[in-house]
Amino acid sequence: MIWETVLQPFADFGFMRRALLGCIAISVGATPVGVFLMLRRMSLTGDAMAHAILPGAAVGYLVAGLSLGAMTVGGLIAGMAVALLSGLVTRVTALREDASLAAFYLISLALGVLIVSTRGSNVDLMHVLFGTVLALDDAALILLCSIASVSLLTLALVFRPLVLECADPQFLRSVSTLSALTHFVFLALVVANLVAGFHALGTLMAVGIMILPAAAARFWAETVGGMVFGAVVVAMLSSVAGLLLSYHYSLPSGPAIILVAGVAYGLSLVLGPVGGIVAQALPRRPLNT
Amino acid sequence: MSGALSFQDLTLGYDRTPAVKNVQTEIREGSLTAVVGPNGAGKSTLLKGVVGTLTPLGGRVLFNNIKRDKLAYLPQQSKIDRSFPLCVGDLVSMGLWRRIGAFGQVRRRDRARVAEAIAAVGLDGFGKRAIGSLSGGQLQRALFARLLVQDAQLVLLDEPFTAIDARTTADLLTIVRLWHDEGRTVIAVLHDHDTVRRNFPDTLMLARELVAHGPTPEVLTAENQFRARQMCEACAGPPHTCGRSAA
Repeated sequence: MIWETVLQPFADFGFMRRALLGCIAISVGATPVGVFLMLRRMSLTGDAMAHAILPGAAVGYLVAGLSLGAMTVGGLIAGMAVALLSGLVTRVTALREDASLAAFYLISLALGVLIVSTRGSNVDLMHVLFGTVLALDDAALILLCSIASVSLLTLALVFRPLVLECADPQFLRSVSTLSALTHFVFLALVVANLVAGFHALGTLMAVGIMILPAAAARFWAETVGGMVFGAVVVAMLSSVAGLLLSYHYSLPSGPAIILVAGVAYGLSLVLGPVGGIVAQALPRRPLNT
Repeated sequence: MSGALSFQDLTLGYDRTPAVKNVQTEIREGSLTAVVGPNGAGKSTLLKGVVGTLTPLGGRVLFNNIKRDKLAYLPQQSKIDRSFPLCVGDLVSMGLWRRIGAFGQVRRRDRARVAEAIAAVGLDGFGKRAIGSLSGGQLQRALFARLLVQDAQLVLLDEPFTAIDARTTADLLTIVRLWHDEGRTVIAVLHDHDTVRRNFPDTLMLARELVAHGPTPEVLTAENQFRARQMCEACAGPPHTCGRSAA
């Protein structure tokens, strides 16, 4: 029973194993970045950046067809351009980061929709929007795993300044000149992981695997490390469960994975020991313990 | 005693609008100086100029016997995110940054120093408490512990006792006096003139320009205070535009 339901799809079909590997790579790479996005109150920034990537991927597609390399490079360029321009506007003018980012991503999104609609109505373009997790080829898998590895290593390198930049940016600026660099390295990680995510889950769903597990883990852990660990576990379990649901019930796999993560978030919200609804309703422990 | 810090015709401001103009004076090494003045006099701006987060529009700040990286700064309203999952020990450990940077190891004696600092500010046993669960006074104590760990030659405090209870203020003033006794240079922006008279030998009075600087009894006179208020009103109009620039 368990064999047939849980293991056989992966044992029998190569595309399921590939999909699983791709999703695990994304879980390991993107989710820790999502934890920091959440802690910096930038969860919606992830969403904005995902939209910003669209025209880059669309241009890549127009130039070279459904080419992994062209779409990746296009997405990276568009995402980094929006991140840098909005960061520059924030630092140079009076406009705050949320407004300048919103401005650039809306321009970018409109450009993307324009490009798609003038040359579009092509089924392949649906892949950009909704991903192709069940059709990942070797090159795509290598790309996903590479981005995940580089992302994890980079995050380890900038971990300490990043925590300071999130928790007390004024202090970091008073003792170090790394503040701006840390911020841009972090945005670069967001863009890279979103680009990796859109190959598997599409630009719209890629943010889901970044933010939902992080939001769920907030209710289980009290430390940054604990949250990162919890979020990766939630993301991996959601990937497995989502792929199985899509296999057994013929559902589109990207949304299935994100919806399972959504269910995990809902359960955490209610049952999580750190500030969950049930935990808050229970009598409090005395202070000073 | 030599000047640890000299302001040479220093002009600081936001968006090219000066908030502090042509300040020319010297802070003695090992002195304990209060910076006073009316609202909008540019007191916080002056500290930001020393820290270096604000580049002078004119003139300069000279560090003589103090290295700029031996400086510790406690901003007025700390932009610390109290919902961030950090415990008191983590917060105080940030003070080790100058020594260990982004990659250095936290050694046993560093941990001991953090624990000592936490005990010194009266937060013994709070090391594992989340910063989100602290009261305003307790957080200020923790931030002072971080300053202790920073072990700075020059300590800059921007209204450290605003909205803090009397007992915490008294305890933290003890630490400020201790720094003074150890020969560190301390500059604090303060509002309460009683606190200044009782604890700060030197005072620098600012009203967008330097009003007076010297021993506290000679500076904190009714005449100087009147002059400072007049000077601030004279250059009425917004000292700087709202929003970002005030941050």
